[in-house]
Amino acid sequence: MQELFNIFVKSIFIDNMIFAYFLGMCSYLAVSKTVKTSMGLGLAVIFVLVITVPVDYLMQKYLLSAGALSWLSPEFADVDLSFLSFIMFIAVIASMVQLVEMIVEKFTPALYNSLGIFLPLIAVNCAILGGSLFMQEREYETIWQATSFGLGSGVGWLLAIVGIAAIREKIRYSNVPAPLRGLGITFIITGLMGIAFMSFLGIKL
Amino acid sequence: MNVEKKEKEALFSIKNRKLLINPLHKDNPITIQVLGVCSALAVTAKMKPAFVMTLSVMAVVAVANVLISIMRNGIPPRIRIIVQLVVIAALVILVDQVLKAFVFDISKQLSVFVGLIITNCILMGRLEAFAMANKPWPAFLDGLGNGFGYGWILIVVSFFRELLGSGTVWDYPIMENLGVYNFGYKNNGLMILPPMALILIGIIIWVQKSKDKSLIEEK
Repeated sequence: MQELFNIFVKSIFIDNMIFAYFLGMCSYLAVSKTVKTSMGLGLAVIFVLVITVPVDYLMQKYLLSAGALSWLSPEFADVDLSFLSFIMFIAVIASMVQLVEMIVEKFTPALYNSLGIFLPLIAVNCAILGGSLFMQEREYETIWQATSFGLGSGVGWLLAIVGIAAIREKIRYSNVPAPLRGLGITFIITGLMGIAFMSFLGIKL
Repeated sequence: MNVEKKEKEALFSIKNRKLLINPLHKDNPITIQVLGVCSALAVTAKMKPAFVMTLSVMAVVAVANVLISIMRNGIPPRIRIIVQLVVIAALVILVDQVLKAFVFDISKQLSVFVGLIITNCILMGRLEAFAMANKPWPAFLDGLGNGFGYGWILIVVSFFRELLGSGTVWDYPIMENLGVYNFGYKNNGLMILPPMALILIGIIIWVQKSKDKSLIEEK
């Protein structure tokens, strides 16, 4: 239990998707104009990460990694399909996003109306594929560890995008040098926030 | 079919040349269109990985543009995203295998970021905006141009990060050979850390937009 919590905290603060790895920067920069919409996108990212990371974990464990197919029959023991992981992961993500969109639309129209436009965007958000690839690279032992990693990464991403959106709402009233207006200043603020987040690096969990 | 009747356009007509040159400055994928920032920044601590990443992205975006442009009339609009993702993912697998075979140590340094070329927004953006509506040759030039536009930002950022952060250029210890360490010069460790890449890109945007006032954003 404690280990799950450690992975959760670590993936929020120390290995933050945005500040440590720049994943999902495109939608982070494009959608962070107001706090409300960025909250919606952040929630959608958490939602999708919590579903896709465990599913990709199962794929990795029972289909793709070296010797993973031995549960089918012992003669597949030395088959290594890991080169297929990119295409399988992206297929899982795209179809999961589609599925989640349909389920949400059917059962909770209110949530669908608030998340709706963001869900299709998420299929090509690097944070989602990055989550699965990091899960593969770090070799988590149980599906619960993978899930808590997915949840933590999503929460970290939400924190980052809501933070920058709040700053951007305020910065509209200040006098930024003309060439830096908009995109430039957002890059620099993100960099400064990243430096602040580096202070978590020393924590050993 | 009036395609044959049309006068054949020269391979490097002014329009085609624009496709190649615009993404370098006015239409730069990173600083103006804000595409593909995701995987761009994490690989720029050293020049070598940044260069390999540039080549990989350039190859994938040019070839994917051509393939999608050839298939553009046969793709049903509803499932076009999936088709595009499959084409890109197949190309990225090829690139990944080639990198693992020939430059294994760099491929290890790039780690997940080769895979993340799949979700690089430049690819989806160019496929959606250009390849779905244009012929293969312009699409190829457009892909190449955007690859260059992405690449020069990466190379400039990685040059400064490597020079100021580790005192080397392309792994050549230039600061040591100049002997500046004897005068008390120290490498700036901050440059190696990821946030500095963001700040450097911010500065590049600043310089670019103050040189060309037409690019300044409205308030």
